[in-house]
Amino acid sequence: MLRRIGTGLVVLWAAATAAYLALLAAPGDTVDAIIGDGADTPLIRSQIIQEWHLDRPAVVQYLDFLWRALHGDLGRSYLLQRPVSEVIGGQLAPTLTLAFSAGVLGIVLALVLAVTTRRPWARRASSTLELVLVSTPPFLIGIILLSVFSFRLGLFPVSGDQGVAALVLPAVTLALPVAGVLTQVLRDGIDRALDEPFVVTARARGLGERAVLVRHALRHALLPTVTLIGWLFGILLGGAVIIETVFGRPGLGQVTLQAVTSEDMPVVLAVVVFSAFVYVLLNTLADLAYLIIDPRLRRS
Amino acid sequence: MTIALDRPVSVRFRRPRGLGVAAASGFLLLAFAAAVTPGLFAGDPLAADPLHVLEPPSAAHWFGTDQLGRDVFDRVVHGARHSLSIGIAATLVAAGLGVLLGLLAGLSHRYADEALSRGFDALAAFPLLLLALLFVAVAGPGTVGLIVAIGIATLPHYARVVRSQTFVVRQAGYVTQAVAFGDSRTRLVLRHVLPNVIGPIPVLAVIGLGEAILAAAGLSFLGMGPQPPSPEWGAMLSEGRGYLSIAWWTSILPGVVVTLLVISLTVVGRRLQRRFEGRTA
Repeated sequence: MLRRIGTGLVVLWAAATAAYLALLAAPGDTVDAIIGDGADTPLIRSQIIQEWHLDRPAVVQYLDFLWRALHGDLGRSYLLQRPVSEVIGGQLAPTLTLAFSAGVLGIVLALVLAVTTRRPWARRASSTLELVLVSTPPFLIGIILLSVFSFRLGLFPVSGDQGVAALVLPAVTLALPVAGVLTQVLRDGIDRALDEPFVVTARARGLGERAVLVRHALRHALLPTVTLIGWLFGILLGGAVIIETVFGRPGLGQVTLQAVTSEDMPVVLAVVVFSAFVYVLLNTLADLAYLIIDPRLRRS
Repeated sequence: MTIALDRPVSVRFRRPRGLGVAAASGFLLLAFAAAVTPGLFAGDPLAADPLHVLEPPSAAHWFGTDQLGRDVFDRVVHGARHSLSIGIAATLVAAGLGVLLGLLAGLSHRYADEALSRGFDALAAFPLLLLALLFVAVAGPGTVGLIVAIGIATLPHYARVVRSQTFVVRQAGYVTQAVAFGDSRTRLVLRHVLPNVIGPIPVLAVIGLGEAILAAAGLSFLGMGPQPPSPEWGAMLSEGRGYLSIAWWTSILPGVVVTLLVISLTVVGRRLQRRFEGRTA
């Protein structure tokens, strides 16, 4: 377990360092990026260099960055002149709401699909649906839903994040590809579990097909899905950037996008470090969950 | 051990083979033909016609016209070149670097291998889109940035396979024999190891191409790819989003074409994968 946490810390450090190196390699002058469209005189330039400690050697700046990041201080936005943690923190809630509801919806949908489509024809239909869902760009799903449910039928608002109604379409858009992949994984898992001897035992005890499926096979099929939590987080976060653009929702995606286009490097850096942190955290939790779910793993 | 019992619901499902694969291959051929000689299939993608703006699909304009009166079908056909060449270039970068790094990991000692493998894990696990955005932030928007970003982000697929193949090949008799014959290290790797580890790569690349095209469309939808007025599929969807309330065809039809292309690549790729399964090392 300690080894796991150690690896996690190394991954975090590597992500922070790689992002920092990328920042160093970025073309364009930091001072220019900070000035933006503002007044540009030699005096202001030297003040900025003083204020942001840009005259120090790169190594010192890097160590300083690591030291501050260790204390939760991710620096200040060039563009907004506010602490990065404030910029990100303020936009976290809408993205988390979207990602969480999409994640839950996707998992529920996948469970229902994997369990109910056991007959050959249903299975074929469902596999085709999964293939389509996985291959469709998420923004296309969003645009189709928008076009049908917002513009044609007028059921949901076109953009914004006011109320639950505005959350429905983005969450469904993000949930569909997730459901597509998860259903495939779950179905394979159920198929494999049904070949195990314990299923024979369960049947011999006189359990109905449904009980065998839900109480025994599905539980085994859920195990490998726990490992997918890191992937799930990735697809939800990456997808959120696109979905927020399609639906004009505020959130982390919009912040990232704006930071990338305006070369606001501290914000880009912070998003990378923050998502690496969440990723490591989730994976460590998944490993713990594994130990709780499957007693066989505790011995090693 | 499996015991044969009456199991009505767990019959192994076999995908329909002939028809789907044929349709997919046909569509792929068309897409590649369009990418090579777009002029053969469609007119000028940039010709604006202010008198026929945002017209719905008709016999004259199969996919309708956009906000400048440009024919959407023409733009989609010409867009095939952008999307396919970005996708192929990104896949080549990914496969090339992946083979190189995977070989390096498979041949090196414990610590170097461990470090490289952790690196692959981290790359593979990190959100592709976020990673690509980081690269674009560094390299600036445009075709080259897009290719490098997607290439690096998808390299672990290939690297992992090559690494594990290398482990198998290292133990093989012909390698032992070549060592005994006193072959140089370079010759050993190039002549004996490399040809035997890259077997699965072409098939992986077909499926990977679909993923790369999807990622490229996503990034250019966000404005990180080729800039307007280039007829790139993702960019077309992004432009069309603004006119969605009055003209669904300018965004949805290009999107459907992207989806069909990715589905076709996946179907053909999976078919090839089944065909060559177990024929490694």
